[in-house]
Amino acid sequence: MDTRASSITNPYNGPLEGDNAFAQITHNVTRIMQAPRPPLAWYIAFAFALSLLGVFGLSLGFVVWEGIGAWGHVHPVAWGFPIVNFVFWVGIGHAGTLISAVLFLFRQNWRTAINRFAEAMTIFAVVCAAVFPGVHIGRPWLPYWMFPIPNQMQMWPQFRSPLEWDVFAVGTYATVSILFWYMGMIPDFATFRDRSTGTVRRFVYGLVAMGWRGSSRQWHRYERAYLLLAGLATPLVLSVHSVVSFDFATSQLPGWHTTIFPPYFVAGAIFGGFAMVVVLAVPAREFFGLKRIITIKHLELMAKVILATGMIVGYAYAMEMFVAWYSGAMYEQFAFLNRAFGNYAWAYWTMIFCNVVSPQVFWFKKMRTNVWVILIVGIIVNVGMWFERFVIICTSLTRDFLPANWGAFIPSPVDYATLAGSFGLFFTLFLLFCRYLPMVAMAEVKAFIPESHVHDH
Amino acid sequence: MSDSEQTSNSAAPLYGVLAEYDTPTALVKAARKVRDAGYRRWDTYTPFPIHGIEKDMGITMTKLPWFVLVMALVGMATGTLFQYWTNGIDYRWLISGKPFWSWPANIPIIFEMTILFSAFGALGGMLFLNNLPLPSHPLDLKERFRRASDDKFFLVVEASDSKFDDKETRDLLGGTAPVVLEDVLEDRITSSVVPRALMYSMVILGAASLVPFALFAQSRSAKSREGRLHVVWDMDFTPAYKAQEGNILFGDQRAMRAPPLGTIAQGHLEEDDHMFTGKVGDSYAIGLPSSITATEATMLQGKQQFGIYCAPCHGLGGEGNGMVNERASTLKQGWVPPSNLHQQYIKEQPAGQLFGTITNGIRNMPGYAAQIDPDERWAIVLYLRALQKSRAASVDELSDADRAQLK
Repeated sequence: MDTRASSITNPYNGPLEGDNAFAQITHNVTRIMQAPRPPLAWYIAFAFALSLLGVFGLSLGFVVWEGIGAWGHVHPVAWGFPIVNFVFWVGIGHAGTLISAVLFLFRQNWRTAINRFAEAMTIFAVVCAAVFPGVHIGRPWLPYWMFPIPNQMQMWPQFRSPLEWDVFAVGTYATVSILFWYMGMIPDFATFRDRSTGTVRRFVYGLVAMGWRGSSRQWHRYERAYLLLAGLATPLVLSVHSVVSFDFATSQLPGWHTTIFPPYFVAGAIFGGFAMVVVLAVPAREFFGLKRIITIKHLELMAKVILATGMIVGYAYAMEMFVAWYSGAMYEQFAFLNRAFGNYAWAYWTMIFCNVVSPQVFWFKKMRTNVWVILIVGIIVNVGMWFERFVIICTSLTRDFLPANWGAFIPSPVDYATLAGSFGLFFTLFLLFCRYLPMVAMAEVKAFIPESHVHDH
Repeated sequence: MSDSEQTSNSAAPLYGVLAEYDTPTALVKAARKVRDAGYRRWDTYTPFPIHGIEKDMGITMTKLPWFVLVMALVGMATGTLFQYWTNGIDYRWLISGKPFWSWPANIPIIFEMTILFSAFGALGGMLFLNNLPLPSHPLDLKERFRRASDDKFFLVVEASDSKFDDKETRDLLGGTAPVVLEDVLEDRITSSVVPRALMYSMVILGAASLVPFALFAQSRSAKSREGRLHVVWDMDFTPAYKAQEGNILFGDQRAMRAPPLGTIAQGHLEEDDHMFTGKVGDSYAIGLPSSITATEATMLQGKQQFGIYCAPCHGLGGEGNGMVNERASTLKQGWVPPSNLHQQYIKEQPAGQLFGTITNGIRNMPGYAAQIDPDERWAIVLYLRALQKSRAASVDELSDADRAQLK
């Protein structure tokens, strides 16, 4: 897109106020919150997201009222779309913490431009994910049975079940991600507080900033806490999708009962999560004038991560096939041949194309630096990662040991409505975040520009 | 901040002296001077963490990691002991004969609890050590201090420092080339008293929020004739029709559903007419069906069944003089006696007709289809034939061995 043309139509691409680099960064980020109204594109996107959210509410309401039979899942595919969507969204939710924590520990300072909204994306994705098992349990008014709460049944949950591990892993992940996200935002909330003019805004931002005043003694403890949280979140982020994969791997179903699942799920989660980050970053930097902060260099680096994790995922697909053959187990061999050439072969090859073939364009620098290519590949990868979960669940469940137990899964319109609707929830939350919260970690970005260096001697 | 507010605060005591700098380098240089002058109650305020300023300010390593370590251990212990107590002691799950406590399967949750507690420890410890949340601060009254979260760097030496001196401190800071050097007064504007109306409404709301929980607790312990209160009934109330009840939902208004016409239970497809009805076409079958063979075993089976079901009336020899007949005859109440099975017309009946009589009954003899399986009925027919033969056989028909035995 021609930057001059867009600077005319989009006030956010105008010149930055401030006589130094720090003030310009502050202005670049805070003008989104300070502007009387967001750009027209935000309103269009928000209207679209809200209507999808309405679809989500109505379809879930219908499922709760009518019973989960309104979804298309039948024997033997009792998991169907809800669990596909759950694993998909939890996977999306991995990139945020990975960027915040793992890249922080590896001192990849370029992360500061994107970590904040990647973390926001993580939390919103986990919210979307949590809805599905919550409704899929069949009686959505009883999810507290999954938690160790004393009750009149005098029962405790079975802590040795992978499904219970899931409750703890996803619950801990959501909590720690929110803590991490919130703590990262405290200094930026202080900036928002100090720069907002309205009484309500000053009060609300002041409340959440908790009286942060940027004292160096406070920064010292703050940075230590951030480092510790990053250190804690790193094994956590690896554990979450490993535990999700245990839901499958500890069962005895051919195609699920494999030891490669935990690393393969984690790599896939990072892959899909980064793809979602670029899908959100490209329009966000365009419409909110953040191109000086989220540069094409950042997008290129993310494209490289997508390429690398895409190769890991491709390796995992190949290794699954190899192990099935090498195992000599009849059912295992059938399960994987059936995946590639059986009743859901179309879904398998869609997955291969999206996840293994499409990222290969990122070998070329021209492609890595073209926002349109990055955006389109990001979308394709997300489609592919959704199909990966669909393939894992549907091929294994519809063709297990006994042909008498075989079946077919045909999604119902309500399935499609809840899937589309979950994107409505995700985008609604994300657009609200863009408008009202600091989309870029200003303090962190400031700390890594050349002007921040202390010239000592 | 309006001028009137500023003046109303002008009588307040001094909080400290504020110096403003444009660059981190200038701030760091000033910080070293203040550190070396031996001040203790002072701080710098920056929009981002300046790396290495800890040394320039003489800040020692925070105790925060110890907080986190303690919380991690507490989380780990909680995860372990809670799972051990719930699944190993309080509510034991017996799964495939596995031990009640098999710790490897409890590791994922112990791990998650460790991380969860430590994360709360990291954030909570940071807030606690930083004395946050802190609603008001004397520096908030400085309009220019708002840029501490934007692009300016500040250094404040507090008046409460034992080394603080009105002139010396100002000279020290003035020598660090600040952009601005100003006094900061204590905050006498922001009231530290919470408004009474707010207090009361908080107390009332707090008390009101306990009401639902009190009601829950009350209804959990109280006895009631009404049954439990349910928002969603789940399967607590699942009325079912009883077998012989009416049911207006069906056309025939019966709760029981009749199987469709021609329904056959598994293993009861009785295709062979000879075997199951004793008839071939419209006439009685002459011999045994193909699945029954006349062996000694079949004969003995027939003898046993005859003894059980036939002999009470017909007698062990089949002459119609069983115990039931003997007793009934003495009572003389219109008893129709059982037939003597050695009569000529019975001897001439085809095997299929005898089978039919056992199956369906005759005169006041009931049908035995419900009690005797078809193959056993055929065995009885076979035994009866042998019995009839035994009464009218000639010596010539015996084998040589049997004839020798007779002599």
